[in-house]
Amino acid sequence: MLTQTKGRSRPVGPQLLGSMRGATGPLIGLVLLCVFLSLWTDTFFSLRNFLNILDQITVLGIMAVGMTLVILIGGIDLAVGSVMALTMMVMGYLNVEMGLSMGIAIPLALAAAAVNGLVAGLLITRFNVPAFIATLAMMSITRGLANMITNGQQIIGFPAWFNMAAIVRYGGFLTMTVALMLVVFLLGILYQRYRYGGRALYAVGGNPEVARLAGINVKLVTVMVYVVCSVLAGLSGVVLGARLDSVQPSSGVGYELDAIAAVVIGGTSLSGGTGGIGGTVIGVLIIGVLRNGLNLLSVSPFMQQVVIGAVIVLAVTAETFRKRK
Amino acid sequence: MTKPPPILSLRQVRKTYGQIEVLHGIDLDIHPGEVVALLGENGAGKSTLSNVISGTVPPTSGDMKWLGADYAPASPREAMDAGVGMIHQELKLLPQLSIAENIFVGRYLMKAGRIDRRAMEDRAQAGLKRLGLDIPPSRLVEGLSTANQQLIEIAKALTLNARLLILDEPTAALGGEETQLLFRQIERLKAEGVGIIYISHRLEEIRQIADRIVVMRDGAKVQEFDRGDVPVRTIVEAMVGRSLERMFPEIPAPADSVTLEVEGLTSPEDRFRNISFSVKRGEVFGIAGLMGAGRTELVRALTGADPIHRGTVRLNGRDITPRSPIDAIRNGMVLVPEDRKLQGVVLDHSIAENIGYANLPELAANGWITQRKLHAFADDFIRKFGVKGHGRQNAGELSGGNQQKVVLAKWLARKPQVVVLDEPTRGIDVGARSSIYELIMDLARNGVSVIVVSSDLEEVLGVSNRIMVMAQGNQAGILDRKDANDVSVMELATL
Repeated sequence: MLTQTKGRSRPVGPQLLGSMRGATGPLIGLVLLCVFLSLWTDTFFSLRNFLNILDQITVLGIMAVGMTLVILIGGIDLAVGSVMALTMMVMGYLNVEMGLSMGIAIPLALAAAAVNGLVAGLLITRFNVPAFIATLAMMSITRGLANMITNGQQIIGFPAWFNMAAIVRYGGFLTMTVALMLVVFLLGILYQRYRYGGRALYAVGGNPEVARLAGINVKLVTVMVYVVCSVLAGLSGVVLGARLDSVQPSSGVGYELDAIAAVVIGGTSLSGGTGGIGGTVIGVLIIGVLRNGLNLLSVSPFMQQVVIGAVIVLAVTAETFRKRK
Repeated sequence: MTKPPPILSLRQVRKTYGQIEVLHGIDLDIHPGEVVALLGENGAGKSTLSNVISGTVPPTSGDMKWLGADYAPASPREAMDAGVGMIHQELKLLPQLSIAENIFVGRYLMKAGRIDRRAMEDRAQAGLKRLGLDIPPSRLVEGLSTANQQLIEIAKALTLNARLLILDEPTAALGGEETQLLFRQIERLKAEGVGIIYISHRLEEIRQIADRIVVMRDGAKVQEFDRGDVPVRTIVEAMVGRSLERMFPEIPAPADSVTLEVEGLTSPEDRFRNISFSVKRGEVFGIAGLMGAGRTELVRALTGADPIHRGTVRLNGRDITPRSPIDAIRNGMVLVPEDRKLQGVVLDHSIAENIGYANLPELAANGWITQRKLHAFADDFIRKFGVKGHGRQNAGELSGGNQQKVVLAKWLARKPQVVVLDEPTRGIDVGARSSIYELIMDLARNGVSVIVVSSDLEEVLGVSNRIMVMAQGNQAGILDRKDANDVSVMELATL
């Protein structure tokens, strides 16, 4: 009996590593990248720079968590950049123009984001619109709405603490926005690994028909995932607003592709069912470190785009190669 | 009678993966104009052997000769060019292309830089004619019957001048009539001197089609018969390596109380209509019928997988007419679907995860699902059901029989009252079949009402207390075990 209990508890070690399952390749890549940059530049390897990188990835990080959930079920959400802009504009309008406190403006803005996700989710599940098309449409609609609020103008004049949340390092370490991102990472990983809904995502992504016949409410799961993804996109918009101390309707153009890139670099398969937020965190860090490092090396922003593209190709082909072996 | 020299001859062909030898020195000759049945349980090495012959995997050692010359295909393409046509169990046709395009896909005939449709269709027509098929080659493959699609695969091999055809379970998805059609075509090809390797689990049909039988077990050739009409039992004994007492276990007697009542069930697309029956506690209720009789559609609707137009389903007297799989599952009615790979398991997820997917509410009873809890839960069922595999192994790596056990295991954890099995042993080897039958009987003994849909007549007759026969969406009749035999069932099925 004793040996049996022992036998069962054995996999605990690998299990912790298991939270990075499929992400070992990206993790090695990240470490190599850091080693290389530490040796190549004298500014990279410092706490200050590390905290800088964390600050720089907050927006992408929060957004990519939502995108991971969508991609895990085999979907895609192209609207996140626009939803982010809409959330920012709603928040700005409610706070600055209507004089509501941020404590009310932020939840209402996130609710607007949730409605976007809900519409996309219902289009996909009720009317069988492919996710790509449904969210492409939402991307356009939402961007238009974001612009309509102020007729394309930016909004400034948020309370002072809002900007400080992205600047002041509490305990000399974490800004509020970085702390928020870390909380999102943690909750995301815990949910995805240990909760009913999280495990159901893998079933739906692996094979929706198997999941449906196994008694999983595939439609509900799908709608909820798009809602959560939109809310997280909205939340990343709040963070961006704090960082910029202003909101503008042109924010977040092309962010959906950055988020997808981070998810894919982190080892989540676009066909759904494999991968996870653990990998995405690494994917986000790779993009963040890479951008930071390339800046330190004074590589032009245009060249940076080339490099990031190359990294996506490298990450995906390395994964395919590893699987074949 | 002296045989002509063999088309293909294998001597001491071995294949190893890492440390494991999966083919142990196979000798095999295929002569022109003969059908060699290659039999064995899943995992016996039939697929590996046919993959070696068709150039998909290279042998580790051994000699292969094709028409007397050395033969070592580096790719399926090279094997095809030599004249080996492999027809896979899962058909690989493109539904949106025409028959002619499918036959020539990858090697379209060209004329002056353009695809020469006329020539392709003419040659396709010739290939189809050789098989006695009267279908215009310009027709799309979509919508053709499985049997005809099978024949098109064969026509494709023939237009590539195949001298040797490997047919992997060609009749797995065919009804009786279609099987006979295929056999007539095989006879024609034999007469033309084509050699055929015929892999099948349906031992009854081997007698009819095979000239020789080669039985494999655990990667070795264990026995060879120089004729086709070997008693099924003899073959099975060679396959499993032990003598069989009987194929079907004893059927327990059901209780008197009725569990499930179905009344006037009708499908919205008219796939079946006005079906009424009841199943007792601990009864095995078989559903028989030809392809397209509406059996699968009926049980899918019954378990909430497809919508119901009219009719009621009552469980222990309570109306539970399901509107979704969740509805049915909550009420204790579960489906083991027809297509394991597409509906039963997620192939690239682990066994434990697959078992977990049907039991997430229970696993998450305290809110949290840990890997440890999942594996403890799954390992329990893996042991109980004798699944040959480890919890962390991907379901796709398992044999069909073991995959089916995983599907059963994931349901039985929920202690259902009604278990519906659609084609429970399709594509599963003989040894594993009897363990599936044992599981069915265990369920019945424990008071579960079991519904078994099967195209395999012997199977329905062997496992059921009563049999409902369906014909073209109608309920043709319900037979008691003592009145049911292949004649009485077929009479009803062809009503």
